[in-house]
Amino acid sequence: MKLKPFAITLDPGSSLANRTGSWRTVRPEYVDRLPPCNHACPAGENIQGWLFHAESGHYEEAWRVLVRDNPLPAVMGRVCYHPCETSCNRAQLDESVGINAIERFLGDEALRCGWKFAAPAAATGRRVLVIGAGPSGLSAAYQLACAGHGVTIHDAGPAPGGMMRFGIPRYRLPREVLDAEIRRILELGVSLELNSKVTNVPGAMRDGGFDAVFLAVGAHIARRAYIPAGSAAKMLDAISLLRSMEGGERPLLGRRVVVYGGGNTAMDAARTAKRLGAEESIIVYRRTRERMPAHESELEEALQEGVLVKWLSTIRQAGESSITVERMQLDASGKPQPTGELETLAADCVILALGQDVDLSLLDGVPGLEVKDGVVQVGAGMMTGHPGIFAGGDMVPGERTVTVGIGHGKLAARHIDAWLRGTTWVHPPPHELATYDKLNTWYYSDAPKSRQPVLDTIRRQSTFEEVVGGFDEVTAQFEARRCLSCGNCFECDNCYGVCPDNAVIKLGPGQRYQFNYDYCKGCGLCVAECPCGAIRTVPEEI
Amino acid sequence: MSYQPIRFYQTGTFTVGNRLLPDEQRSVQANMRRTNSLNSGHRACQGCGEALGARYTIDAAMEATQRQLVAANATGCLEVFSTPYPETSWQIPWIHSLFGNAAAVGTGIAAALRVKGRHDVRVIAQGGDGGTTDIGFGCLSGMFERNDDVLYICYDNEGYMNTGVQRSSATPPAARTNTTMPLGQSAGNRFGQGKYLPAIAMAHDIPYVATATVAELHDLEAKVRRAMEFRGARYIHVFVPCPLGWGHDSAATIRIARLAKETGLFPVFEAEGGRVTHVSRIKRKLPVEEYLRPQQRYAHLFRDPPRRDVIERIQQLADRNILRYRLTDGVERRA
Repeated sequence: MKLKPFAITLDPGSSLANRTGSWRTVRPEYVDRLPPCNHACPAGENIQGWLFHAESGHYEEAWRVLVRDNPLPAVMGRVCYHPCETSCNRAQLDESVGINAIERFLGDEALRCGWKFAAPAAATGRRVLVIGAGPSGLSAAYQLACAGHGVTIHDAGPAPGGMMRFGIPRYRLPREVLDAEIRRILELGVSLELNSKVTNVPGAMRDGGFDAVFLAVGAHIARRAYIPAGSAAKMLDAISLLRSMEGGERPLLGRRVVVYGGGNTAMDAARTAKRLGAEESIIVYRRTRERMPAHESELEEALQEGVLVKWLSTIRQAGESSITVERMQLDASGKPQPTGELETLAADCVILALGQDVDLSLLDGVPGLEVKDGVVQVGAGMMTGHPGIFAGGDMVPGERTVTVGIGHGKLAARHIDAWLRGTTWVHPPPHELATYDKLNTWYYSDAPKSRQPVLDTIRRQSTFEEVVGGFDEVTAQFEARRCLSCGNCFECDNCYGVCPDNAVIKLGPGQRYQFNYDYCKGCGLCVAECPCGAIRTVPEEI
Repeated sequence: MSYQPIRFYQTGTFTVGNRLLPDEQRSVQANMRRTNSLNSGHRACQGCGEALGARYTIDAAMEATQRQLVAANATGCLEVFSTPYPETSWQIPWIHSLFGNAAAVGTGIAAALRVKGRHDVRVIAQGGDGGTTDIGFGCLSGMFERNDDVLYICYDNEGYMNTGVQRSSATPPAARTNTTMPLGQSAGNRFGQGKYLPAIAMAHDIPYVATATVAELHDLEAKVRRAMEFRGARYIHVFVPCPLGWGHDSAATIRIARLAKETGLFPVFEAEGGRVTHVSRIKRKLPVEEYLRPQQRYAHLFRDPPRRDVIERIQQLADRNILRYRLTDGVERRA
């Protein structure tokens, strides 16, 4: 062998022999952080997760991710107060993503295309009684049926849906949408018995051979207030008014209608009165606009339709064609106090919308149940003090919205399922929140929020047609693509591109990435340039 | 201009890749089969802008030439950290000769290929700002003047970094280097006439001149692609922040490059035949202070009392660039 002089005859070697990973003092790691929308959703939807599929135009996949947590997307896409949008990080950039409208688009698309839920798991042989076919009961029934349990729903009313049907007017929620989504749940094999009020829960469980029961009877009893009224004064409560809208005959309210109260039900009653032909529909409320429990959007829509509001006022007396109101003022603690100033308002009819109570008569004599402030107390596992009896929705403490009800139903179903299997369900530890400061927003394109079409005011004042319209496909997709994907990798390839050391391995579409720690020097460029905050640095153990 | 509907893809082409874009609109860097011309294991500092810029540029050039490419490299960081004998990080045919002759070596390779009839093989000569604006300036100007068929790429990190951060003719005013220490009333490097090579290259009337930064990958790749459509002398000037020499966080490299462009201190444009044909507009105009503050080489401007006079002069340089290259035309000014 010919001897070669050193240093000019070595074959070129690759720098791969130089493992620069040993320089590292901090290490990047891929993480999934909790997007604020998911965090805020009372139904626990994986919003960022389903938007991801909608962005690609894979609407069925998006819908399937959505209905893992909520079987009523077309309903929710109309009536939810979308706390997700309130907490959306994009609101700090320009405007929040129109999550609610996209949800509605997916829900409607599912109905249009006839997508069905996946077949339930193998039958467990266990049977669960659900009392109440409102959002909470339907949600629990759906989740339990999917888990393979036999579910029977009993409802006292003539049609399923609870407050979604008898509380929410059809101009906000068309009944064909509600009917279709409920039908899809029943098609999972859930049996529904209408007009069958349960009066004795343990008895019903025993007679039907049920292993557990979920109570979700809602809050249907209207609260009253004492108002001195002449014999001819026409007074009714908002809940009865809204319920009667589902019957054949429309109630006669007169030309001038006064609604007493400041919640969402008051808004619904005032807007319904307007549609029934009232020339004047006036809301009388004790406090100020800032302190009103009704959602801002509902009040805004009511005002657009010509509903008037008399702030800081209470009704002192009601007569045949007029009422006497007293001006109030707020004291230091924000409580309204009477001022003695009286005023007369013309009114043919007074509608009371002062809140609702739960009809708890079905729980008489059930041992172990605790009732406080008119609602049933439940533990973290949604179980009441009586083993095997769970409860949720408006009849337990919490905010009373459809979304909260659906969330309760889902949560209770998880616990009921575990309870039937003799285990306990533990919520997996939540990811760290993906706050705005974790994002690199430079990378996102400017895009204004899309607006949903709204019905003409004239038609809103005289018909029960749906007020807010849905997105077409192009708009829905555009809006979905405004999602910043906070805290969750959306495969933008930034980390793969910006690494000066070529130490990021791209695993291919849908597979995300891996770090090559043999060469990663820990510079942190990938962390800084990740748009959505899905990489973090942790100190290296040295 | 004819109406074009805005097509919105979440991050558009701001990010390296985007699953919502068709393949041909994604960057070369997003491709799992990119060349990785400058492979792992090189000895560049953490967060090196030059290592990043070189891989971006040469990968794009490899793609544009169907991988028929030879590169000549000047002495400098890029050569030292990539090829300590006998190892190399380069995965392309690559030659190193001297500090000052990269352009001449490129010329020679181009001549040899012409003689051999290998018109498919393209030539790149590359170096840092020292090897380009100072030491190799004569060879480069000659290459331009003869219109030799070479694409010259300058990775500008504004100083001699591998020898320990000394001033070059590309070092900006007021910057601290080891040869321009701010002492007494002096505020780092002096405010000179400047030696702005992109303009000098344009003055040679060569077919193509462009500037780019590591913060805008799609723009950089498009310029390399465009350069390879020409024959003759071409020049691309890539702005590459240096965490070591500039004293910024290693994770801030791309942000600093972005700020250089957004403040107007580094104009990003392209020119054909000596005439500017395209300018990258500033997206959100920022004061130069945003760019200066994160860099230790300007720390002496922000002591107590701060050197407002110097910062103001740097702002004037940025404003002059904005005017000269019309960097904000059609861009809404932010208060």
